[in-house]
Amino acid sequence: MSRLPPAAREGVRTSLPLVVSIVPFGLVAGVAAVDAGLSPVAALGMSVVVFAGAAQLAVIDLLGRDASLVVAVVTGVVVNLRMMMYSASIAPYFQRYRARWKAFLAFFLTDQAYAVSIARFEARDGEERDASGERGDWFYLGVGASLWVGWVVTTAVGVGLGRGLPDSWGLDFAVPLIFLALLVPRIEDGTTAAAGVVAGLVALFGSGLPYELGLPLAAAVGVGVGLVAEEVRGR
Amino acid sequence: MTSPIAQTTYGPASVWAVIVAVGVCTFGIRLSFIYLFGHVDAVPPRVTQALRYVPAAVLAALVVPAIVSIEPSLGETLTADRFLAGVVAALVAWYTEDVTATILVGLAALWVIRFVVPV
Repeated sequence: MSRLPPAAREGVRTSLPLVVSIVPFGLVAGVAAVDAGLSPVAALGMSVVVFAGAAQLAVIDLLGRDASLVVAVVTGVVVNLRMMMYSASIAPYFQRYRARWKAFLAFFLTDQAYAVSIARFEARDGEERDASGERGDWFYLGVGASLWVGWVVTTAVGVGLGRGLPDSWGLDFAVPLIFLALLVPRIEDGTTAAAGVVAGLVALFGSGLPYELGLPLAAAVGVGVGLVAEEVRGR
Repeated sequence: MTSPIAQTTYGPASVWAVIVAVGVCTFGIRLSFIYLFGHVDAVPPRVTQALRYVPAAVLAALVVPAIVSIEPSLGETLTADRFLAGVVAALVAWYTEDVTATILVGLAALWVIRFVVPV
């Protein structure tokens, strides 16, 4: 670690509490994947390749229920759409790097890596990059890569625990609990609440639809209701 | 009381196809504006507006059917304990906004309702 640039070392240090906070999430991702019938290699491969907790759990959940493959893919992708906003927000700070390095950096863009990096970039805007010789990309990479390692390792531990856990413990219940924990802070006001409530109801009544089509339908209706509610309130 | 956990009937090739497709699309989303910066200035406002509702809608669509049931029949007991535990977990999520606390308290509530409370 001593050979790393100072900014990268600082990134790794900054990431430690974040890595600890994803431990239960990674364990659940590993256990849930094995429970859903994925091979240990596929379970781990998903964490290596996709590297996005909520999306992975949604995909695992849908595969376990034999949803249509298209629905599984689309749902996983939609859950990750928020990252487009992180990409836009962090883009100016990566502007001067070469295309290949940008692509490498982009792979590690997660909620956590974005949040702590953008806070630092904005606080030091511009000055950090040249004057002190510290590079923001190394800090960001220190955070992002540590999270990736932590995510893959905890998933592997979860895969290892996997089938050793009795069904009656209801550990599969941890998956909706994680979604719930992520959902609650997203209900920020009346319009997001309307989007959530309507989507939840549509999903509930659409749960009998083939290929788990109730889910994308519910998500689309929920987003539509949010937009309409915003329009109505804005008048 | 123990529900056999549903297992996918898809073979390894299908599972890997899904993993690769989600992985490639997710990478594309992450790279999108980092790559486009300079060509496109920002996310169009209409898209931003819609994206704001995506997490609430998708997450609610995943959560609600997992803790509530509209079929009060065989699955009644199971859904009842999940529902009660879900309510407790929602309160914890509300007050702490902490994933770990929500999982631990939610699971503990499920176990108490399942194994301790006499029905």
